Amino acid sequence: MQTNTKILAQEFEYLAPKSLNEALSLLEKYKDKSARILAGGTDLLVKMKTIDLKTDYLINIKNIPELNFIDTSDGLKIGAAVPLFHIERMGKVKKRYPALCEGIKSIAAIAVRNMGTIAGNICNASPAADTVPSLIAYGAEVKLVSKRGKRTVLVEDFITGVGKTVIKADEIITQVNIPEINKNSGSAFSKKSRVKADIAKINLAVCLEREDNICKDCKIVLGSVFIKAVRAKKAEDLLKGQTVSTSLIDKIAKKASEEIKPIDDIRSSAEYRTDIARVMMEDTVRIAWGRAGGELKK
Amino acid sequence: MKKIEIEFTINGRKRNLSVKPNDLLINIIRNDLFLTGSKYGCGIGECGACTVLINGEPVLSCLTLAATVDGKEITTIEGLAEGDKLHPIQIAFLKNAAVQCGFCTPSMILTATALLKENPNPTEDEIRDYMRGNICRCTGYIQIVKAIEECASVGKTS
Repeated sequence: MQTNTKILAQEFEYLAPKSLNEALSLLEKYKDKSARILAGGTDLLVKMKTIDLKTDYLINIKNIPELNFIDTSDGLKIGAAVPLFHIERMGKVKKRYPALCEGIKSIAAIAVRNMGTIAGNICNASPAADTVPSLIAYGAEVKLVSKRGKRTVLVEDFITGVGKTVIKADEIITQVNIPEINKNSGSAFSKKSRVKADIAKINLAVCLEREDNICKDCKIVLGSVFIKAVRAKKAEDLLKGQTVSTSLIDKIAKKASEEIKPIDDIRSSAEYRTDIARVMMEDTVRIAWGRAGGELKK
Repeated sequence: MKKIEIEFTINGRKRNLSVKPNDLLINIIRNDLFLTGSKYGCGIGECGACTVLINGEPVLSCLTLAATVDGKEITTIEGLAEGDKLHPIQIAFLKNAAVQCGFCTPSMILTATALLKENPNPTEDEIRDYMRGNICRCTGYIQIVKAIEECASVGKTS
């Protein structure tokens, strides 16, 4: 492990393709060697400095026009090179996708969000990633492209473990697609960390769809409680098709906290995570329900 | 390692440099261009001391490869004053004693300029939230927040 973070000691070749096609050719060419995609670099360069992540080729995708776009016409399509800060500033994100907006805003600091990208946050596959719970709750998917073809994978299935994803060596995420959200939907995100700029002890997102006083559909996702962000499916089942009330929300929150299997680590303990998950879940479901225009009965 | 030719503007001045792929922007700025206002603090994106503006937005120069700034416009603390005339935020920092050891000050001031450009009249909470990635170990932040608040209210009345 290198302890001097003042320099980047390892040697590699730097490549800056000008188009997606050029980037795909490079990935194809170097797929059997170690090539890495560089976007924001806020995770990658730290790992290259501190935990011996070695690479022979670094491919900078930040200047590729095909990856620098946001399309709001149907849902939300976000190019892989768009900085996080641009996403949180967008009117449609603030208005229709508040859980995503809150998730991004909770990430580190302004300079980090100016550099980092949403695709990078997904690919880094940290269990504590702050965009991932809301992306799963919204049913978002990533578009993967290679010289062999293209495919889309749900964010939920894309991440398989700590730092592990289903991406192949010659593939690149070109965009993140978030489906259009129903008018009667509400969503919310919350996070606990020691200080605001810190990594989450626990984070969670709720997205639900209301029909009168009934919750028609919902997704409840928790991060930092397993090797990847997970859905609390038993809690979801308790909420679906039911008339939402204070007592039901208490029950759902309890169920969700029983469903997760967090661990003790440097940031928090399993006991605290389990307990705080219940409290946070109560608040977050309540906020999401309120945003969906629902009223609460005792 | 193959060297890379880059061209960029720093504090209004065009520069052509030949850099190695693993050269970090912070080291190029400090060691090659002798602009020592930007500081190396933690090297892993926790402290914010190396903040510079690239195309007007704060980024961390210790986590930026020099090769990636080709064609970009960089502002460091040295480029904020116009000759002898200090930037209003620099004046406000001096007036409010928002400087103690001075290590974090360049990055604080640069981040504050970006904040006020985006939100000319921020509340205290908004200031603290925007500045949360810039760590200071001396002043306890109160004077820094005051300086930025004062700058915001000066901008409002003039």
